[in-house]
Amino acid sequence: MAMSEFLYLYRLPADSPNMPSAKNMQERLQKWTAWFKDLETRGYLKVLGHPLETDGAVVTEGGRTVHDGPYAESKDIVLGYSVVQAKDLAEARTIAGGCPVLGYGGMVEVRPIRQM
Amino acid sequence: MTASLPDEHFFRRESGRLVSTLTRMLGVHHLALAEDAVQETLAAAVQVWAFRGVPENPSAWLTTAARNRAVSLLRRERTARRFAPEIGRLADAEGTAGADSAVAHLPPALRDDELRMMFSCCHPGIPADAQVALVLSLLSGFSAHEVSEAFLVSRAAMEKRLSRAKKVLSGTRGLFELGARDFETRLTAVLRALYLLFNEGYHGACPDGAVRMDLCREAMRLVALLVAHPPAATPATHALAALMALDAARLPARVNEAGDLTELARQDRSRWDAGLIARGLELLEASARGEVVSEYHLEAAIAATHALAPSAEKTPWGEIVELYDALLRLRPSPVVALNRAVAVAEQLGPERGLEALRSIPGAERLAAYPFYPAALGELELRCGRASDARRHFRAAHRLARNPAERTFLTRRIAECERQSSTGPSVEDVRPPSPSTPSRRRTR
Repeated sequence: MAMSEFLYLYRLPADSPNMPSAKNMQERLQKWTAWFKDLETRGYLKVLGHPLETDGAVVTEGGRTVHDGPYAESKDIVLGYSVVQAKDLAEARTIAGGCPVLGYGGMVEVRPIRQM
Repeated sequence: MTASLPDEHFFRRESGRLVSTLTRMLGVHHLALAEDAVQETLAAAVQVWAFRGVPENPSAWLTTAARNRAVSLLRRERTARRFAPEIGRLADAEGTAGADSAVAHLPPALRDDELRMMFSCCHPGIPADAQVALVLSLLSGFSAHEVSEAFLVSRAAMEKRLSRAKKVLSGTRGLFELGARDFETRLTAVLRALYLLFNEGYHGACPDGAVRMDLCREAMRLVALLVAHPPAATPATHALAALMALDAARLPARVNEAGDLTELARQDRSRWDAGLIARGLELLEASARGEVVSEYHLEAAIAATHALAPSAEKTPWGEIVELYDALLRLRPSPVVALNRAVAVAEQLGPERGLEALRSIPGAERLAAYPFYPAALGELELRCGRASDARRHFRAAHRLARNPAERTFLTRRIAECERQSSTGPSVEDVRPPSPSTPSRRRTR
């Protein structure tokens, strides 16, 4: 069956209200590790991707920097990205529903990669 | 790359280590900044390690990341110029990364920062209950929410308590110097705080057994740091460590999978942790080299006597009563007197135990303590007065602080009702006997 590819952007609100404890953080890490491993075993993980820094810059024509990050217009931090293969958007959404970031106030933006 | 974390408490330990180290480097007035830097570092570790796996030496990774984070926070506060010397010192520390990564490989017990932080938390200007909360917050990476849960205090109240304590700490001249003149006085306060921390876990009111286990574990980890640091490893420190090990050895038999409590006399002794008992006895031996007998020595000796007894009946109760008497001379307390009365009942029978319970000086201070009426109930029941016993157990039930205590007391009430309907049997009038089949059945 033809598979489609999807970009996952892991987003977290910039001002999360609750300070997680050290224990909470370790649990998060364990969940992430398990989740990626599961995606891999089930053949969904096309590209593991990378974590992203919160700073950076937005550059326009002529090399003019519009502003340096963190990006004021977005209330979310993009924690990182991956590429997942699934049969359709519905499946890609279901898979994203298991992402650990959802457990602590974050969200996954699922974007189909244009094929043609 | 694919290394895994040493254990499930790694972040907690690292959090305490990093906050202590950064605070030492930046000065206590930057305590809040150090905490922020550590918080952000752990969040970054989650983010990066999720994708790249746990690095070969996660402690070294965290140390470097926390330092960098602290530097950038200092800059962000636009205080870089004012605090240039600190940044300089941080940069120096980076420069000696070789020596530093060697330090990162040493077990935490050989590092002083956490000890100094522990002593700093027990500043005389901070009330004892806040000292314990502060230790959990700074050295164990507990969130205010977690600390408030552990102590059954509202989160807002705990936040206030913690922020007051942190204000005192960040107003001091620096982290406590381990060579200071008042080292011994402060050590006494540290031992007391760790004792309270352990007791909160062992006997405390928090309904979540896992949380209470965490408190015991943290107290044991921190007391182990003291044992490993010669000036702090006094006989009293060894005795406290012994007490914790010997008490903790009984935890597997004390609380079952459902979180239900089983009192000492009825515990399945084969489930006691033999390794912890051996460790506890070793520590107790090491504690015997001084002249002074501390309250921890006496409590540890009581725990050791239980640990060595093959059964409740074969326990030398007379010795235990004597140890309690000595403890009462050192630290008069209605709770200690209550435990002594229970031992008297085991030694001389329930009527004598009841007399001892009723003559506890300051018994009114036990008014909110469910185990006082519960002990009255237990002994009345052994005397065959089931309806009196039931009345006491009901009073205890009203005072119960968590579901485990309530479940336990509900069972005792049911036992009273069973016995008052059938009338007391010969067996029930006997002094306590944990292996009595009828008692076993009621559990």
